[in-house]
Amino acid sequence: MKQFLEGSWAFADAAKLCRPGVISAYPITPQTHIVEHLAQFVANGELNAQTINVESEHSAASVVLGSQACGVRSFTCTSSQGLMLMAEVVFNIAGMRMPILMICANRALSAPINIWNDQQDSVSLRDSGWIQMYAENNQEAVDLVIAGYKIGEKPRVMLPVMVCVDGFILTHGMEVVDMPTQEEVDQFLPPYNPPYKLDVEKPLSLGLLGGPDVYIETRYAIQKTMEDVLTILPEVGDEFKKKFGRESVRLIEEYRLDDAEVALVAMGSVCGTIKDVIDELRQKGQKVGLLKIVTYRPFPEAAVNKALAKVPYVGVVDKNISLGATGALYTEIKAACSHDKKISGFVMGLGGRDITKNSIESVFSQSKEKVNSCTFVDLHNDLLWEEFRV
Amino acid sequence: MFSVLAAIPKSSSRNRTGSWRSLVKPHYLQKECINCGLCKMICPEGCIEGTEKNQYSADLDYCKGCGLCADICPKKDIEMVSNQGTE
Repeated sequence: MKQFLEGSWAFADAAKLCRPGVISAYPITPQTHIVEHLAQFVANGELNAQTINVESEHSAASVVLGSQACGVRSFTCTSSQGLMLMAEVVFNIAGMRMPILMICANRALSAPINIWNDQQDSVSLRDSGWIQMYAENNQEAVDLVIAGYKIGEKPRVMLPVMVCVDGFILTHGMEVVDMPTQEEVDQFLPPYNPPYKLDVEKPLSLGLLGGPDVYIETRYAIQKTMEDVLTILPEVGDEFKKKFGRESVRLIEEYRLDDAEVALVAMGSVCGTIKDVIDELRQKGQKVGLLKIVTYRPFPEAAVNKALAKVPYVGVVDKNISLGATGALYTEIKAACSHDKKISGFVMGLGGRDITKNSIESVFSQSKEKVNSCTFVDLHNDLLWEEFRV
Repeated sequence: MFSVLAAIPKSSSRNRTGSWRSLVKPHYLQKECINCGLCKMICPEGCIEGTEKNQYSADLDYCKGCGLCADICPKKDIEMVSNQGTE
């Protein structure tokens, strides 16, 4: 049923429809509303789950690792500093092959303290072994949560899934969302039936010491599984489309790319703004397009290469920066494409700086002018000095 | 694809870790033993066997040579001796 909802409420509804047995999270802006709503559902008796209060994100991640290990579908969500505090456990969750689903409400990292949106937090954990998907809007986020459990819990996959939603822009934005019914989700997502779990009747130890004699094989196994996910994820996407009629679950989305001369590559909510700019520029006769990365891990290198094959000029929009190098997505797009393609990197929207239509238009024109690997867009130069000042 | 992920109880005993032992190992004299069982209880490896007087011994496939058994024995009936050249 179509509903007009705040993003966080919609994400909480989606998580509830997946019937998690354990929910544990620590409040952090801009993620708080999501767990708040879930806790309310449990208190009202609308959701049969245990919400476990914890003293930190490190504990929240540890709780869901424990509950998932016991064979219970588990949910957590966090943001920014919270994700950094979870980092140790985030790697453990993937290493122990626990298909937990986490919503990351993307927010900048300190210092300086900043509660506003960019994608530095989740991008910093791209190497952790989690499947990472970025939502453009609230409908897509709802769909990715429901499909995320299905993908992660496949016995061939057994990997955790992070659904990344831009903080405030999505979490606090009000949009119409077509919310599936419980019956539909129950038909799509069967109860969690893991191939291994902690059980006193059949004792098992997980997360053990793995020395030089076994460790590298554990990494190889995850790497090969990630490669498999590149096939499995679109299959689940097809299944999702059949059931719910939407194409949200995919590796990439191509928007007016067919005859494009300049294409931007981006992830998350900024893709909505870029599409609007494309429509306007197309009306003026400019051949522009967008390649939206939905699934960032595993990285769909072949799909990216194919989608951009005929596009001579590419601009990559990064809402993150690998300080001392370039934006993270730029590096990967560059690696995925042929050397003769003109690819520029643009870092923008950090710490909640607005990405306006004008910013996007200037990025389109700059991409055609001159190749630059790391251009910061919309800088206030009056805030930059060669020496310390207060 | 999966690799080593879990273990069932006792499966780590496949790993004969006695090769990590320090320079000494316990020698059970089996003369003054009173069957108090302290050596068996204090052993961090749980590798001491025995239920009767003068019948205790350490399983050198797992013993690390820490010397706690010799230290706690009230009858000084366990000696730590050189590990060299005896493997």
